[in-house]
Amino acid sequence: MGQPHDLGNIIDAHPFFDGIDAELRTLLVGCAANERFEPGEFLLREGKAADKFFLIRGGTVAVEVDVPGKKPIILETMGEGEVLGWSWMVAPFMATFDARATVAVRALSFDGKCLRKKMAADPALGYAVMSRFVPVMAHRLQQTRMQLLDLYGVDAEGGKKKKKGKGD
Amino acid sequence: MSAHAKDPMLPRPFRVEKVKRELSDTFTMELVPAEGGGFSFAAGQFNMLYVFGIGEVPISISGDPGEHERLVHTTRAVGKVSGALDALKVGDVIGVRGPYGIPWPVEAAFGRDLVFVAGGVGLAPLRPAIYQAMANRERFGKVMVLYGARTPEDILFKKEIERWRGRFDMDVAVTVDRATGKWGGNVGVVTNLVAKGGFDPQNTTAFVCGPEVMMRYAAQALEKKGVGRGSIFVSMERNMKCGVGLCGHCQWGTHFVCKDGPVFRYDSIADLFSIREL
Ligand SMILES: Cc1cc2nc3c(=O)[nH]c(=O)nc-3n(C[C@H](O)[C@H](O)[C@H](O)COP(=O)(O)OP(=O)(O)OC[C@H]3O[C@@H](n4cnc5c(N)ncnc54)[C@H](O)[C@@H]3O)c2cc1C
Ligand code: FES
Repeated sequence: MGQPHDLGNIIDAHPFFDGIDAELRTLLVGCAANERFEPGEFLLREGKAADKFFLIRGGTVAVEVDVPGKKPIILETMGEGEVLGWSWMVAPFMATFDARATVAVRALSFDGKCLRKKMAADPALGYAVMSRFVPVMAHRLQQTRMQLLDLYGVDAEGGKKKKKGKGD
Repeated sequence: MSAHAKDPMLPRPFRVEKVKRELSDTFTMELVPAEGGGFSFAAGQFNMLYVFGIGEVPISISGDPGEHERLVHTTRAVGKVSGALDALKVGDVIGVRGPYGIPWPVEAAFGRDLVFVAGGVGLAPLRPAIYQAMANRERFGKVMVLYGARTPEDILFKKEIERWRGRFDMDVAVTVDRATGKWGGNVGVVTNLVAKGGFDPQNTTAFVCGPEVMMRYAAQALEKKGVGRGSIFVSMERNMKCGVGLCGHCQWGTHFVCKDGPVFRYDSIADLFSIREL
């Protein structure tokens, strides 16, 4: 675990908590830890407790679903500047996907239990965190929809109307 | 003035010089004028390609605008005429009318960051603008190519992308919706690459090309990042017949895609994008 001072600087350097109030940042630091993952190591495991979320500082994480007898299906890759995991906010606090480091990953992790307690006690912190996570969740939802749409496929343009874009 | 220049409906014969398979359903054809002479075009323009006895389709030019000897088209075979183009062999002759349409405003972007956002086969109509930008590299800030494909097997111009990636003066990012095989790159939609930024939004011009849904989302992602609607350009497709503003076949709202487009400034068509069944 890094010194609170360093952790504060790391929080400041990451876009996720851009503009957060200094007092709230101090509360966040109390739940944060600096972590490093080797290639192949898991940050989250599907079905296991989702007791953390991560601000990725470097490297690449694959968010994937395990398929018995086959290679896992990668749903998304994430890298520097992105935030991983929101199941820590949603009961029963279980990870819904695996998250695996594909190369060495540096991340700041936040203890979900610790943060939930502080957010319940301090609505300003609760709002600051939630208002940053909701766009992330909305983005994930939109991304999933786009993947379902098969954006670059012939079907993306739907039917026989020939209102085609050049990539289809 | 040649007869072809006088009559825009008269095709000029071109001979197939080379055919390269790019993807299972997509190929690049190099054509040379059967009667000699050259061919000039601006990046983003298209030709009407006529397979004799079968029909005519609009296809963007995918070659280098600095090259006047050969005409290059990259086509996905989806139906009757594109399928017939796919069946052509070296030495066959087709009719070509063009070049038509409003090009990508490459020169107007001098002094700015230039971001290309491509989806699927949409990289082909952007490639001439990428060539032109790289031929004038010192006149731009950053040059970025953000490309999304369905799977690694659907990535167009793979070798060329690798070469671009190797350049120190160009940022290239590729993402796929579904990782297959040994793919170790990005997974996710192309808008994620836009969201990552790396360009100066206030001073960026973006050229977007791909299926219409993809362009809509990409334009939204660019706007969200701070790029103004007036600095985003998209290339539209509509069914065409004459290609020169005579028949009204390609009408889209108040625009004729063949002569007012295919490249449109996003602020001039953003409202049409959201109208269904248009
Ligand atoms: C300005 C412009 C530039 C274009 N540039 C290119 C280009 O560079 N490369 C390229 O491959 N295409 C390009 N197109 C699209 C191309 O013109 C069409 O794919 C072609 O006209 C289809 O004609 P067809 O006779 O082969 O298919 P048709 O027999 O008319 O159609 C057969 C089936 O395919 C579907 N279909 C038609 N067009 C498409 C399409 N684009 N994508 C998916 N399904 C389709 C139809 O809905 C129909 O169900 C461009 C179109 C325009 C307007
Ligand atoms: S194709 Fe005839 S007006 Fe556009």
